[in-house]
Amino acid sequence: MLKNRIIPCLDVKNGRVVKGINFVDLKDAGDPVEQAKIYSDGGADEICFLDITASNENRDTIYDVVEKTSKKCFVPLTVGGGVRSIEDINKLLNCGADKVSINTAAVQNPEVVSESSKKFGSQCIVVAIDAKKNGDKWEIFTHGGRNNTGIEAIEFAKKMEDSGAGELLVTSMDRDGTQVGYDIDLMSKISSKVNIPVIASGGVGNLDHLVDGIKLGNASAVLAASIFHYGKHSVKEAKEYLDSKGIPVRI
Amino acid sequence: MNVTIVDYNSGNISSVINSFKEVAKDKVNIEVTSDLNKIKSSDKIVLPGQGSFKSCVDALNSISGLVDTLSEFAINNKKPLLGICVGLQMFADIGYEETETKGLGWISGKVSKIDNQNGKYKLPHIGWNEINIVKDSKIFKDIESNSHMYFVHSYEFVPEDKNVISSTTDYSSNIVCSVEKENIFGTQFHPEKSDKIGLQIIENFMNL
Repeated sequence: MLKNRIIPCLDVKNGRVVKGINFVDLKDAGDPVEQAKIYSDGGADEICFLDITASNENRDTIYDVVEKTSKKCFVPLTVGGGVRSIEDINKLLNCGADKVSINTAAVQNPEVVSESSKKFGSQCIVVAIDAKKNGDKWEIFTHGGRNNTGIEAIEFAKKMEDSGAGELLVTSMDRDGTQVGYDIDLMSKISSKVNIPVIASGGVGNLDHLVDGIKLGNASAVLAASIFHYGKHSVKEAKEYLDSKGIPVRI
Repeated sequence: MNVTIVDYNSGNISSVINSFKEVAKDKVNIEVTSDLNKIKSSDKIVLPGQGSFKSCVDALNSISGLVDTLSEFAINNKKPLLGICVGLQMFADIGYEETETKGLGWISGKVSKIDNQNGKYKLPHIGWNEINIVKDSKIFKDIESNSHMYFVHSYEFVPEDKNVISSTTDYSSNIVCSVEKENIFGTQFHPEKSDKIGLQIIENFMNL
């Protein structure tokens, strides 16, 4: 049976790990390579790096981080943040990333998704959808959550599947950094709309939130940052908890 | 010993290179090349493959003499070859991804899309799944049945001769996830991304 995945995410800025509350108030907390290694040794099913301010800053440091990590961690590594072009994707893959997540560029220029999935295969193209609730719908935000595009999120998710995305990483902007749990409604609506795996993100504060993301949100994988990063829970604890709730995990 | 990872522009092979180098340490020389002479003089060959069946076959064919060199190595000289993911799928006679495409024809069979049972199963099949070892395979030394491996694919290899199948995994149906036919080995999963247990498979292949 296919297992639900737990994916610790490390927000990286200038080669160092940070995790912000609602994308501001950054706090330096360690070396990403060592952190990733701790996670993979602890049973993380994948590792995710998000180069958070990459849209506007020099991002060469991330290539170095990816290269070093891929020589130490032998589980899949996804890298996102500031990925603009086929050339950016190519460079990250050559450094050892297994998947690349595309956010702003997927909205502004959806051809990047179709072209890159043709060139590199859908398996390495993750489209990151940052969505915020507005009335009874969700709208897509870009540029690390700063720009509201007004685009409706669920239709956009379907469009990305059709364009060749292999997975969708769905983040609730309302929940990110709040630790009150995933936006379950958003996750389940997108998951039932598309036939590709959905990774739930944004808002995890305890282990029950991970359970909800899978059981209620129908996510194939759950991504979390702070609950793992500040030592509140280990990946192993999370897996054992999910297992005790009847969710299939790799232990 | 020389192990050659065939670099034929089939997408991202850096993880394959990293994992083989990790296992090889200083004991085994890992070459990454499409140079026909280097391939010929290798002791073992790794054939990775990412993207579609068609794009991988096209990429192999675009390097003059490569397919013949690989066939000579694996079929005539019977030296060990490991195909990973689409590298395994290309052993088939024919694949149906994008369009009908002729494969290498080393192991009779076809590569077709996994039946998602009208959306009940998400595709690609991404993540960790257990392998059910159905016959002894040299690359499964010290690997237990029900070990978890990392998969990412939407198409499956369906060989005609079921005796070549060394393990299957349960996703919609029993999907072939590894084959062994004499000196030819293949895994649908990614040993290079399957943590320590995946590295053990790589080590087993190197120790053949």
